[in-house]
Amino acid sequence: MLSRSHALRLHVESALAGRVAAPFRFQEPQPITVSAGIPALDHVAGGLPRGCLTEIFGEISSGITSLLQSALAERTKNSEVCAVVDAQDSFDPSCAQSAGVALQQLLWVRCRNVDQALRSVDLLLHGGGFGLVAVDLSGVPVRLVRQIPLSFWFRLRRTVENSSTILLVLSRESNAKSCASLVLRMEKESVRWSLQNRQYPSRDFHTPSSLLDGWTTSAEIIRSSTRRKNLSAINRPRTFGSSAAELVRFDLRSNHFLPVNSSGSKLLLPSQQERTLNNG
Amino acid sequence: MSSADSFGAIYVPNFILQAIGRSEPELRAQPLAIIDGPSSTYQVVALNRLAQISGVALGMTKAAVSQFAQVTIRPRCKVEEEAAHAALLDVAWSITPRVEDAAPDTLLVDISGLGSLFGNEKDIAREIAARASTLGMDVHVGVSGNVETARIVARALPGPTIVPEGEERRFLETLPVGMLSPSQELSDIFDRWGVATCKALASLPVLSLSECVGQEGVRLHAIASGKGQRPLLPAEPAYQFEEWFELDEAVDDLESLSFLLGRLLDQLSARLSARALSIAAVQVNFELQPAFDNAFDTSRELLRVKLAPRNYSCDLELPVPTRDAKLLLKLLRLRLQSRPPGAPIQKIQMTAQSSLARVTQGSLFVPTAPDPDKLELTIARIASVVGEGNVGSPQLLDSHQPDAFLMRNFSGATVTAPVFSGGSQRFAKDGMRSGFTNYSREETTPQIALHVFRPPVPARVRLQRNKPVFAAFQYRTGQDRSGKVIHASGPWRTSGHWWEEKSWQEDSWDLEIIFSGESSPRHGFYRFSYDGLQEKWFVRGVYD
Repeated sequence: MLSRSHALRLHVESALAGRVAAPFRFQEPQPITVSAGIPALDHVAGGLPRGCLTEIFGEISSGITSLLQSALAERTKNSEVCAVVDAQDSFDPSCAQSAGVALQQLLWVRCRNVDQALRSVDLLLHGGGFGLVAVDLSGVPVRLVRQIPLSFWFRLRRTVENSSTILLVLSRESNAKSCASLVLRMEKESVRWSLQNRQYPSRDFHTPSSLLDGWTTSAEIIRSSTRRKNLSAINRPRTFGSSAAELVRFDLRSNHFLPVNSSGSKLLLPSQQERTLNNG
Repeated sequence: MSSADSFGAIYVPNFILQAIGRSEPELRAQPLAIIDGPSSTYQVVALNRLAQISGVALGMTKAAVSQFAQVTIRPRCKVEEEAAHAALLDVAWSITPRVEDAAPDTLLVDISGLGSLFGNEKDIAREIAARASTLGMDVHVGVSGNVETARIVARALPGPTIVPEGEERRFLETLPVGMLSPSQELSDIFDRWGVATCKALASLPVLSLSECVGQEGVRLHAIASGKGQRPLLPAEPAYQFEEWFELDEAVDDLESLSFLLGRLLDQLSARLSARALSIAAVQVNFELQPAFDNAFDTSRELLRVKLAPRNYSCDLELPVPTRDAKLLLKLLRLRLQSRPPGAPIQKIQMTAQSSLARVTQGSLFVPTAPDPDKLELTIARIASVVGEGNVGSPQLLDSHQPDAFLMRNFSGATVTAPVFSGGSQRFAKDGMRSGFTNYSREETTPQIALHVFRPPVPARVRLQRNKPVFAAFQYRTGQDRSGKVIHASGPWRTSGHWWEEKSWQEDSWDLEIIFSGESSPRHGFYRFSYDGLQEKWFVRGVYD
């Protein structure tokens, strides 16, 4: 009986040779990925994986909070319910709304310390049903985040797997290590200012002397368990292992209020006008 | 009896006893005597069979009953009787909207036309008895073609009794005339005449009876003859549900209190279920034990305690109506854990606001959302960790004041199917497993977010020609930061509420700072603000 099953197995393997490498080996299903709201990042990183822990870290002004807002806007646009566990009460709902986040679909947990944040995220993940749960530890002193035991990150990973929740952890340095399916390191690059040549006005005239238009930030993929599959899925062959494939640059724009003129179109900043003219 | 006119009567025998047994079911299994009256002459007004076997009788004084050690004595509780009566009304309204509130222990219902819902009269009577039983009451149900016959049969005969059409007189003839509830004067007359049963009364000539005792006699004669037809007087259905519990000894621990709250919630939930309603909000009022009433110490501390309010209220508003008593109990426990009453509890009044049960239609295209009941519990648990008001959904205020928002209860919003625009085309084209939205160039550039410092961090700023050139502040991690401002955008001047005390006036600046020294980070974009009223600089946050 054993020899017959062995022979059958050999027969199947030989029949599938060249097409399926190991037909009798269990393969973990690839997680479903969704857009982070930044196409360039989605192309390279393959999007944010559901049922996995994604870690995003970077220095101050590297754009990690902007990426969080972008992901939240994308998820709430898709009618999903999201949660932000804010370890240092630093989330700005005004910015989030202008970035497109539907605030009525967002549960905001304002914590005062890491302990509260960790307990809250544990409760949220066990509650289930959220499209995205983000833990913002970027405002917490790095030494306190380092004290979070690795077992906690494993527990979070175990809790979130087999669910459709995206668990996003924001911090100033990587802590989750191998528990994260996707690790992105973000860094600020060039900055764009406009109206720089204007004279500074007196205090009587509060006309801005210059404007922060935005900056370019780079996201480096430190770890990704989903990238290869998704890159092949979108049929865009890339050279794996090269720095170009693991690094993506994208712009962040300022949320300056742009008034609407009488014709109904937005008034453009000078730098945007220049770009429009050049493109035209 | 035609199906066009069919009435039922619901009667709760020994109502006083059952009202107490409903809120304290464990008392049913032991000898129980209910006493009432002036405190000097308490008398037994109700007792169960076990107490009767023990030798207790109606009308005994409290002192006499106290001789029976095994008999439990309870004072009559009007609030529990009211709650039991309200529960009985809920049972009736769950069957038919036409209900007459005849007496605290008797209801009359119009069951005409309910055959297609419940079956024949017997089935309807059994259904009423079963529903009453779920609310902790054993009832007698009588069904007849006329209201009065149904009422008398229910009061006189146990169990469901169906009086066929035309046989009303036969059912009534053996019953004593006292069942017709005659006035005392008329009762005495009947006694003198030797009229003891309904049969005897029905056999009297109506005209002679009318001449002797007037119209009341005629009415009772008609009832005794099985012809007591009269229209029903329907009561207006109530949509507020209340349950009470009065304690002999005040409760001061959460476990015991949870047990009582659970019982009240079960009763409310059963009542609302009977009416096909759900609980939208619960208000619990606790009457607290008066603190130190007998204390002679009049120290300032004790006086302060004495002045404390004797009532404590705990409100629970649910985003989605529910009937899950266990869920409500957990929410109440969490609420009481975070805000304990502060004194032992003597009396509990629980009021439930009713609402129609939530009806949702699932859809393949609606993303999964948290289960509303589970979500409410999760939020309550998180609130017990981070504090009330620190969990919810932010709502921006119509103001230019920085950080102007309020937290409101999170309900998960009404999640609808996402609108697929260009995204679906790309989804199909690229064959990706998830909805990647198709963007225009304008939309693809993500917006810079502000990482807010709450409260704002005080800062020192040096100006040159009204422009910040140097800034120093202490970062939240405790590090001192100072550096040169290489770009500054501002001032963005805002002010408001100048007509009030809480006026504000700010100049906001976006600053790019290069920090001096070896500290990290070395470079950052910050939002500074100059408070024009305090004449101080603050760091509002960092662009991140």
